[in-house]
Amino acid sequence: MNGQSSNQPSGVSVQVRGLKKSFNGHDVLTGIDFEVQPGEIFVIMGPSGSGKSVLLKHLIGLEAPDEGEILVNGETVNSEDIASKYRTAMVFQSGALLNSLTVGENVGLYLAEHRLKSPEEIEKIVVEKLDDVGLKDAVNKMPSELSGGMKKRAAIARALVIEPQLILYDEPTSELDPLSSVVVGEEILKLKERIHVTSLVVSHDRDLAFGIADRIAVIDEGRIITIGTPDEVKNCTEERVQKFLHAYLKTNTK
Amino acid sequence: MFENIGEIILLFWRTMMALPLAWRQRQKVLEQFFEIGNASLLMVCVLSFFIGAVIVLQTGPVMVEHSLTSAVGGIAGIAMAKELAPVMMAILIAGRIGSAFAAEIGSMRVYQEIDALRTMNINPIHYLVLPRIIAIAIAVPMLVVFAILVGWFGGAVVAAANTHIAIPFQTFFHDLRQIVVTKDVANGVFKSFCFGIVIGVVSCHQGLITIGGPRGIGRSVTKAVVNSIVMIVIFDYILTRILLK
Repeated sequence: MNGQSSNQPSGVSVQVRGLKKSFNGHDVLTGIDFEVQPGEIFVIMGPSGSGKSVLLKHLIGLEAPDEGEILVNGETVNSEDIASKYRTAMVFQSGALLNSLTVGENVGLYLAEHRLKSPEEIEKIVVEKLDDVGLKDAVNKMPSELSGGMKKRAAIARALVIEPQLILYDEPTSELDPLSSVVVGEEILKLKERIHVTSLVVSHDRDLAFGIADRIAVIDEGRIITIGTPDEVKNCTEERVQKFLHAYLKTNTK
Repeated sequence: MFENIGEIILLFWRTMMALPLAWRQRQKVLEQFFEIGNASLLMVCVLSFFIGAVIVLQTGPVMVEHSLTSAVGGIAGIAMAKELAPVMMAILIAGRIGSAFAAEIGSMRVYQEIDALRTMNINPIHYLVLPRIIAIAIAVPMLVVFAILVGWFGGAVVAAANTHIAIPFQTFFHDLRQIVVTKDVANGVFKSFCFGIVIGVVSCHQGLITIGGPRGIGRSVTKAVVNSIVMIVIFDYILTRILLK
């Protein structure tokens, strides 16, 4: 494992070319193209049902595309190979902690199952990672005893253990109160600074997106309609982008 | 069920291919093994006692009336060892353990825990299916041995206590030993080993293909139990036919 102490980006570059996917004749992704630089935080925004989560599943190997390709560090990879070739992690919308294991066991699962460390070392790393996300006291708790925000942070700790080169977040602030959302956003930024991981974040949360992103892509009806820095997206004149951003602002200023 | 038969065979094959990893998963195998034993042992005892008792109660008076007293122990012994204990216990385990397998794995699928395993490059077949199938394949034959012994005991108690039968305890077991041979018990135990694998594979497969929310999990549990029972009955005929030769 490398990258923890390196000043150079340890993250990978990701290129998505002409990605298409349909389910039962319904087109979900209709040709997605974008590129993410190593160590970049790339946020994908868009209305519900626009294909954001499906896109994320392709990047982590949980779905295979009908057409198109994904390149990691310039090399084409099959969807199934991504998790085995690169250290990738995903923070699911629900956290997706294994309910039959304690928080500590969840966080140490990757190391234990792949036999990468001794049980004593795993215990030490688990406490360290949980401490990083402010959950040191939750090590022996069951996931059902945690709040939504704590589950998300535990899921981030589980992702950290992998020392990922690519980390994907699916709606990391959904169902969270504003304070917890800020904490999660800060965790994503801290990770970028500490381990230079490449981060792809799918979110509706405009505050989160404009607060943490290096670049933002807006997706609608399975196609990216704009990509740029937060300022470029804010000033984008594309009607659907403005409609999405302003609809969001209206509902949030009620 | 039959539209998924290819997937079920594939899951079985992949689990067999993962067998060399069984030692690594021994802790989970033991956990599942104790879970199965703990959940089923009492029920197995109660069920098999009364099955043995009712066979003797049904056949005993008729056979005694026709001067076939010495065959009562043998009939109860053969029926219990070769057919009733393996099949009835397998049906009980399908309801009790197969449903639990489908519910656990199904809820993990619905709540993205299996996706989380895949993203950590942990194969769900190695982590979830393999330990369960090994545990159930070992536990069911052991429970069936228990069931056969308790069933014989149940039959002997009724044979001694019922005034229309009135066969002493010792005579019942003496008659039983005249007819039942080790091979009969071995046949039953082998059948139950196969039934254990059938229940494990069918139920784990049903869990892995669960879709939807809590309703989907409920549907999967029902399907796992019903499909397991159908498969047990089909396999029972096939295995009996093979073992008769």
